[in-house]
Amino acid sequence: MGRRSSSRAATGPAATADPWTPAVAGLARRHRHERLIGLVLLVFSSVSILTTFGIVAVLLLESSTFFGVVSIREFFTETRWSMVEQRFGILPLLTGSVVIAAGAALVALPLGLLAAIYLSEYAAPRVRKVLKPVLEILAGVPTVVYGYFALTFITPHIIRPLFPGADTYNALSASIVMGIMIIPLVSSLSEDAMTAVPRALREGAYALGATRFEVATRTVVPAALSGIIASFILAVSRAIGETMIVTIAAGAAPNLTLNPLRSVQTMTAYIAQVSQGEAPHGSLEYRTIFAVGLALFAVTLLMNIVSSIVLRRYREVYE
Amino acid sequence: MSRHPAAQRDAGRFEPRLRARARYGVLFKAATLAATLVGVIVLAVLLVDTAVDGGSQLSGDFLRNSPSYLASRSGLRPALLGTVWMMVITAVVSFPLGVGTAIWLEEYAPDNRLRRFIQTNIANLAGVPSIVYGILGLAVFVRALSLGRSILAGGLTLALLILPVIIIASQEAIKAVPSSIRLGAYALGATRWETIRYHVLPLAMPGVLTGTILALSRAIGEAAPLLLIGALAFIDFAPRRLSDPFTAVPIQIYNWVSKPQAAFHELAAAAGIVLLVLLLGMNAVAILLRNRYSRDN
Repeated sequence: MGRRSSSRAATGPAATADPWTPAVAGLARRHRHERLIGLVLLVFSSVSILTTFGIVAVLLLESSTFFGVVSIREFFTETRWSMVEQRFGILPLLTGSVVIAAGAALVALPLGLLAAIYLSEYAAPRVRKVLKPVLEILAGVPTVVYGYFALTFITPHIIRPLFPGADTYNALSASIVMGIMIIPLVSSLSEDAMTAVPRALREGAYALGATRFEVATRTVVPAALSGIIASFILAVSRAIGETMIVTIAAGAAPNLTLNPLRSVQTMTAYIAQVSQGEAPHGSLEYRTIFAVGLALFAVTLLMNIVSSIVLRRYREVYE
Repeated sequence: MSRHPAAQRDAGRFEPRLRARARYGVLFKAATLAATLVGVIVLAVLLVDTAVDGGSQLSGDFLRNSPSYLASRSGLRPALLGTVWMMVITAVVSFPLGVGTAIWLEEYAPDNRLRRFIQTNIANLAGVPSIVYGILGLAVFVRALSLGRSILAGGLTLALLILPVIIIASQEAIKAVPSSIRLGAYALGATRWETIRYHVLPLAMPGVLTGTILALSRAIGEAAPLLLIGALAFIDFAPRRLSDPFTAVPIQIYNWVSKPQAAFHELAAAAGIVLLVLLLGMNAVAILLRNRYSRDN
């Protein structure tokens, strides 16, 4: 912030140099140019606002027609989602999203946190320099490839041998693979938070006779807790918004179930399914895309906001 | 050797249990290492599994052919070309918009509510699920602007998707340019834009380009927004115009995975290898750029 204000202060003399204008070639033209560029850049910046505005407007406008036909009460309390029966209860889709995100969290939160502790507290710099980018590749693998892996490897070679009754498309394999995918999200953000914990705190704990394990778990982790929790929430939000893994591996059956061995359908998978079908523009089925999209957007936005509040409000500030 | 009574009392109670605590330490270190390795091992298994499944299908013909109802004659050509076209559109649109926004936020904007609002808004946009961008693209580009289910609509949608990533990366790169550079330029009479154009941007460019390439490598693997836009799985011609219908590699993979026959699954794996190789190439370029310029400075 200090730099910003100093750079702005530096432009002051240029502005007050106006009386000299005739002496410097083309200064008036350069100032016009300057204003024009400022304007163009402002227009560029407004695209991101227009994007948000567009998302909210499209979701609200298109789903308002849907909620004219299906009451909001039915949308939240009906326990079936079926185009054929004209039942539009979001619960089965919401449950599908939550079951899969919870499974992914069970995989990613402990593994990601332990990996962050290893990278921040234990790993030698050389080991860390190799392991960290390799872990981050996990977040870059395309989700269709993860979906392929879940369907053709995890389900037949891991889940079916353990649970012979599992459906071909099941929530568990999608959960496991999605959990692996979001490990780097947890580990990177948590590690950043732990690295930001000042050395003095660690040394204080060592001086009191703590072992490295005690320093890590009782000093560093609590001191970095706001960053760690924020990373957890972000990771779960990412899991809820993920589409292709669940579309490929978890199936397309909106079952209201908590059994991870069964086929379920998430909100995202439903949207993907309808968009591939022949739902005519303007039909009720077409409108469901926007109603479910609105629910999805609301859930993920809420989690992202909570995550940034946790990060800001509960941050321990060391100086 | 008389000891303080309190010390005497505590000496009786405090047990350092050094051996047990050291043992926990060793166990815990092993657990953290194991957790780190789980991710690495799964990544290795995934890569090997994909390579084994798809390796036999990879050939010149696979890259030259179009999709067919016969697995043995199917190829990736239209999808590959669709992906390349779309990446060009996405890059051309999102790069100037993203860098321009970053410059405005870092160098022009006064520290007022509008700036903070835009900044918060960008952070939130970065967390919006990609399929929601697909819904936006469907309603705005495909319907409202009547672009139809075209390659242009797909490219624009992906451009909006990666815009926040490019903005945030570019901001970091611009912030890292020392203010002495700016002050020097101003002292010589440069205007704000001249300072940015000739001094700040050249220094920030490696970081900006790295961020842009990483953002594009996210876009290249996206399938969900394109499903919404209506990328078709069965396209047997190469795109010629921006208004042509299109398919892309991730969409083609999804289509092949969705078929019941194992032969098509092998094709999906082969296309997955192609996609991973493309990604690897983009990441290698990004790393090279970063190393190259950080050495020079």
